[in-house]
Amino acid sequence: MTPGGLPALPPRRIAEAPAPGGSDETDGRCSIETESRGGASAIAFEHVSKVFSGAARPAVDDVSLTVAPGEFVVLLGPSGCGKTTLLKLVNRLYEPTSGRIAIDGRPIADQPAPQLRRRIGYVIQQAGLFPHYRVWENVATVPRLLGWDKRRIATRVDDLLELVGLPPAEYRMRYPMQLSGGEQQRVGLARALAADPTMVLMDEPFGALDAITRTRLQDEVRRIHRQLRQTTLFVTHDIEEAVRLADRIVVMRTGRVVQYDTPLAIVLDPADAFVADLVGADDVLRRLSLIPAATAMRPLGPGGPRPDTPTVTMRSDLRADLSQLLADDVPALTVVDDDGRPVGTLDLAAIQAVSTPNAELADDVAAGTARPTR
Amino acid sequence: MNLDYLFRHPERVLDLTGEHLILSALAMFFAVLLAIPLGAAAARWRRLTLPILGLLGAIYTVPSLAFLAFMIPTLGIGRTPALIALAAYAQIFLVRNLVAGLRGVDAATLEAARGQGMTGWQVFRDVRWPLALPVAIAGVRTAFVSTIGLASVAAWINAGGLGTLLFEGITRDDPSRILTGAVAITALALLADALLRLAERNTAIARARRAA
Ligand SMILES: Nc1ncnc2c1ncn2[C@@H]1O[C@H](COP(=O)(O)OP(=O)(O)O)[C@@H](O)[C@H]1O
Ligand SMILES: [Mg+2]
Repeated sequence: MTPGGLPALPPRRIAEAPAPGGSDETDGRCSIETESRGGASAIAFEHVSKVFSGAARPAVDDVSLTVAPGEFVVLLGPSGCGKTTLLKLVNRLYEPTSGRIAIDGRPIADQPAPQLRRRIGYVIQQAGLFPHYRVWENVATVPRLLGWDKRRIATRVDDLLELVGLPPAEYRMRYPMQLSGGEQQRVGLARALAADPTMVLMDEPFGALDAITRTRLQDEVRRIHRQLRQTTLFVTHDIEEAVRLADRIVVMRTGRVVQYDTPLAIVLDPADAFVADLVGADDVLRRLSLIPAATAMRPLGPGGPRPDTPTVTMRSDLRADLSQLLADDVPALTVVDDDGRPVGTLDLAAIQAVSTPNAELADDVAAGTARPTR
Repeated sequence: MNLDYLFRHPERVLDLTGEHLILSALAMFFAVLLAIPLGAAAARWRRLTLPILGLLGAIYTVPSLAFLAFMIPTLGIGRTPALIALAAYAQIFLVRNLVAGLRGVDAATLEAARGQGMTGWQVFRDVRWPLALPVAIAGVRTAFVSTIGLASVAAWINAGGLGTLLFEGITRDDPSRILTGAVAITALALLADALLRLAERNTAIARARRAA
């Protein structure tokens, strides 16, 4: 993708195909889905710039991009590159200096900001929970603003706490100060989702959490997104987090978009040295840790999988596969799909083939010849 | 020194205590009414903070007898000038704490409130104000205790209250009146302090902090 230009949309894979592992995750854990009739919003940035008064250069510089309904887009880039500013332009905490943002075709500048924000979930780093409100009151914030009746709010609060993995009976009456950082972020997420928004904005929500909690919450966010399908803009400076979560990643640098593509395409074929550096393309092990087995595997031979070879899943990353290959001292691994069926084979040469930046492979991925999954 | 006067004239002491309390409470009422807009403005516009706090601090340093004497030519004596003086002295405590409380609210919390779709007024009413409340009430408490003490001087311009006993004690050389007045004033101050501490403890945010 060219910086600043309108990137061509890749075919929307996620909308039509059931998400990997999606079916087992939506087994009616709670009744959220039945309430989810709002659908997902499309969002379009058209030549959006933001110059803070007194600033030498724009914080956001001529950004044009579109996000499809239901898509999970991660804004990635080093600190100070304008991610937060871009996000806050969407819920009008900031107003653009020039350009236009439209949600579902309607310019947001035409909509009263408080009403707009009630339709857009917003999660920030330190959760920003109201410390004088109990958990349930925090979650009930937007429904109360919208004037829902008490019973509906109570049911909704419990459903949401359930959804984010906090048993309502245990957590409803607590105060934010009685929660761990991870639990606070879960409540922040529940609050953002409370009034069934068609879009969710998240600004480094897990930045202050320890690694284990962060990974767990990333999985939860992914599960919830598969379940609810709200269009999501998620800010991070952490490439691993971006790859884990994103349908597509917007790589930003000094206010500009330098690449907008799928995680795999960005890792396999960084647009320039800056992106290559950001994704650590020169560090082979790091790079391998970002590529799933499905991308590198070779088709099974006519005889099917070789007996006695260890198996790995399509979604395992190549770094883990490589260490297994070496540790087990075998010539190849068998790659299996989510149901455990053998679908390919992985040897050292196959891994080596994707271990350096490779535009050809990225094109194959884009064309669907190589099969990415995440 | 003894409390003879109190036991010999309990109903007069009670009357004067009531007068003292009403004078102080009325002064506090007007003081708070004035301090809220002053404090809100000083908290909102940085440019106003120092001038406002500086002025109120300067007022506080004026000796109380001089303050009352200054008002005699225009306002005469009695309750009105006493109320004005007491309300003016209380401002520094009230406004200083109100500014500290309103400013002290975490910016991320306020931005979260706006980001959820609260209007400016809703952010103030539901988030900023309740979070500033304990500090603001602490200001009222300090101001009230100080006002109850200062109100003794009001008797000098015939505004009544327990100061009457103090001045009588001095002019008639009757230490028992002085002690009785002092004890009653201290009791009132302690009572006001206790009540407002209770109010502080009953704010939503104080309850939340205690739970944690
Ligand atoms: N409210 C503001 N006023 C002035 N400058 C700001 C403001 N917010 C951000 N900036 C500047 O804009 C640039 C982008 O900031 P930001 O969007 O917060 O970056 P990121 O979220 O990617 O770390 C930085 O140079 C920052 O200093
Ligand atoms: Mg930021």
